[in-house]
Amino acid sequence: MGSTNSTLSKIPNVEELVQETGFTPAHIVRLYDRFEALDKEKTGHLRPQDFGAINRLAINPIGDRIIGAFFSPGQETVDFHSFVRILAHFRPADKKRPKDPSMPEPVNSRTSKLKFAFQLYDQDKDGKISRAELLQVLRSMLEMQVTEEQLESIADRTIQEADLDTDDAISFEEFRKSLEKVNIDHKMSIRFLR
Amino acid sequence: MALHSPRGSRSFLERGLLLLVMLIFLEGTVLTLGAASSPDISAQDNTGGGDDQRGIEGRHGHANYTKKAFPVLSLDYRHIHVPFEISLWVLLASLMKLGFHLIPRLSSIVPESCLLIVVGLLVGGLIKLAGEEVPPVLDSNLFFLCLLPPIILDAGYFLPIRPFMENIGTILMFAVVGTLWNAFFVGGLLYAVCQIEGTYLSQVELLPCLLFGSIISAVDPVAVLAVFEEIHINELLHILVFGESLLNDAVTVVLYHLFEEYSDAGEVTPMDVVLGVICFLIVSLGGIAVGTIYGILAAFTSRFTSHTRVIEPLFVFVYSYMAYLSAEMFHLSGIMALIACGAVMRPYVEANISHKSHTTVKYFLKMWSSVSETLIFIFLGVATVAGPHAWNWTFVSVTVILCLVSRVIGVVGLTFIINKFRIVKLTTKDQFIVAYGGLRGAIAFSLGYLLDKDLFPMRTMFLTAIITEIFFTVFVQGMTIKPLVDLLAVKKKQEAKRSINEEIHTQFLDHLLTGIEDICGHYGHHHWKDKLNRFNKKYIKKCLIAGERYKEPQLIAFYHKMEFKQAIELVESGGGVKLPSAMPSQVSMQNIQPKKLPPAVAERALPQFTKGREEEIRKILRSNLQKTRQRLRSYNRHTLVADPFEDGWNDFILKKQRMIELEKKVRLADSPSLVKPD
Repeated sequence: MGSTNSTLSKIPNVEELVQETGFTPAHIVRLYDRFEALDKEKTGHLRPQDFGAINRLAINPIGDRIIGAFFSPGQETVDFHSFVRILAHFRPADKKRPKDPSMPEPVNSRTSKLKFAFQLYDQDKDGKISRAELLQVLRSMLEMQVTEEQLESIADRTIQEADLDTDDAISFEEFRKSLEKVNIDHKMSIRFLR
Repeated sequence: MALHSPRGSRSFLERGLLLLVMLIFLEGTVLTLGAASSPDISAQDNTGGGDDQRGIEGRHGHANYTKKAFPVLSLDYRHIHVPFEISLWVLLASLMKLGFHLIPRLSSIVPESCLLIVVGLLVGGLIKLAGEEVPPVLDSNLFFLCLLPPIILDAGYFLPIRPFMENIGTILMFAVVGTLWNAFFVGGLLYAVCQIEGTYLSQVELLPCLLFGSIISAVDPVAVLAVFEEIHINELLHILVFGESLLNDAVTVVLYHLFEEYSDAGEVTPMDVVLGVICFLIVSLGGIAVGTIYGILAAFTSRFTSHTRVIEPLFVFVYSYMAYLSAEMFHLSGIMALIACGAVMRPYVEANISHKSHTTVKYFLKMWSSVSETLIFIFLGVATVAGPHAWNWTFVSVTVILCLVSRVIGVVGLTFIINKFRIVKLTTKDQFIVAYGGLRGAIAFSLGYLLDKDLFPMRTMFLTAIITEIFFTVFVQGMTIKPLVDLLAVKKKQEAKRSINEEIHTQFLDHLLTGIEDICGHYGHHHWKDKLNRFNKKYIKKCLIAGERYKEPQLIAFYHKMEFKQAIELVESGGGVKLPSAMPSQVSMQNIQPKKLPPAVAERALPQFTKGREEEIRKILRSNLQKTRQRLRSYNRHTLVADPFEDGWNDFILKKQRMIELEKKVRLADSPSLVKPD
């Protein structure tokens, strides 16, 4: 208990974080320990190289995209607040939340999770997954095992299936619709974070 | 109304005739089976006849036998009576299954299992009325060695691995802790009730009661499958109840043997309890290990079958059955061995065997399991009529009530604990279905039947109570669960097929979550799954999958399968596409490709097409694609998607390759004069 409190006092604006993300102070402490472990040079910020040092992330097909998601456009470093905010997306959704339209969408709701995943596809941030972006994702996931033609036919087929307004790209709504049968809460939550 | 009657009366006449034929057949069956069970008379006749035959052939030269007229036609039933009876029973079971679906309203109200038990009761009753002795059909050997394995293999081979593994913790809790709770609660309270004055049951001791409790507390996979498949409940609940019914076999085996062994001694020491726990671990893990070994052997064997495709299905069946028998030999859990074998061998075997063999395996498994299930229920009915009964109001009614109560308490209590660890919590509705779906079946009856008459004088009372409990759960709970599911608006099974979007995105999300877990430094669910997948890809697939196919990523295999199916459906449905006869059939397959590709190629391959006609065709094809996608198939364990043109796979691949080459050639040849269509 004592170490928790001392760690908590080191983190600025803890209450704000708790409010915003819904993590408990214990979780914030755990995440802070992890943050410090990653931040080898103790600068208080993480750089892409720090993420790159995680070995398993290097062999992840979309590892670089995930790392990129932590950094807001134009920023070179990630501070603890942004780190926690991004990870808050993966908190299991709260069932008991009342549907209050005036409050902003909580960061771990189904829509926010899907939005986060969508942004990983949509690298140029134009709100649509174009055929080229989809091809890039497929290429990285399937590594070297398929021919270019097969990739193209899969990409074409995927867009054809999901594209309802025939603009040859997948918008967020179409993305959401194609995943309506998947239990996103279950699929995009980490039990560790509660 | 007047217009309907001629047609209605004709179909009514047909149905009536069919029913009449079946009834006559039934009567004939009954008499034959009844006659067969009294072997003395028939044996005498036949041995007399046999002797004469042998006499004529063997003592040809002897003078001291009277020459009879050469028997042109003789009846020798004894010779073939065993296979004949078996075939007769199987035929009866299948005809009954046919018959139920002729009466439309009946099959939607009453689940098939109930109807089959009633048929069994009728057959048993008819045999008894005919004065013959009812044959002891639900012999434990027959049940455990012949009737049960096909059902379990079918369930294990087609077990949906992903939801099963995701919920494995919950399933194990229900299976192990839940069954233990049920056994002790029912057994203990029964003993307490028996000790009450005035029930004339005081000679029933504690250990036999606990033994009875352990027999009756296990949820039965056959009954669960039979009832649940008709209510189309959502995947989570289905896998929870079904998984529980499969995994509680180990607990049941251990408890049964433990109490049976020590009922003689009269007491169980703490040492025995410790041994029991160790035994449980050995039984379950040993069963799984045996199954896995046989599964790997089967997968490895299938790697070399490319030249003898015809016997490929045989390996699947024989290896699985051997796994079951080997496990039973060591008193390990045969059910778990069978499930492990089927689940382990499936991905590798399917990558190796031909399309036809795959269909054969599927058909045979479903056929055997269907027949087995039908036979089990009919035999239950017959055994009810046959067996000696000792009805005791107190015992039976207390059993039924206690089973219900303990199930409800068990489920609610366990869910309370489990929900602390689950991401997707189990709601009250879910708990109700899990509790209500805990059906008992023939396994309980067979285990009771196995009890030694001398050691357990109250065996007949136990059997009566078991049968009553089975009837209660199958009839009352089985019949009412469907309306209750509708009433409570429990989520139903998702019907439509998995789209390629879902497949791609779920894989993407898997990678994403693995990455996030690595960033958090947390060794969670995804981390281990990813590790297992990598290990699988690197080492195991290389050993067990023939040729180059082990390199094929899952997404590609899925995509090919999907494209193939849609193409076949399109061609099969005819689609209403009126293409001019001058066009070769290859091109119609080609047009299935997404709309970006066809314009340039369609121009080349169909020079006589006008733009308008092309658009029309493309529109028709596209709408057909959407139509086939929307066609909903409701999942029933015993129906199979029609697989037309099974041998079209190779041709299709060839055609596709040819088309791609054609495309390339055409593009190269005409590149300077390539005109973009507007």
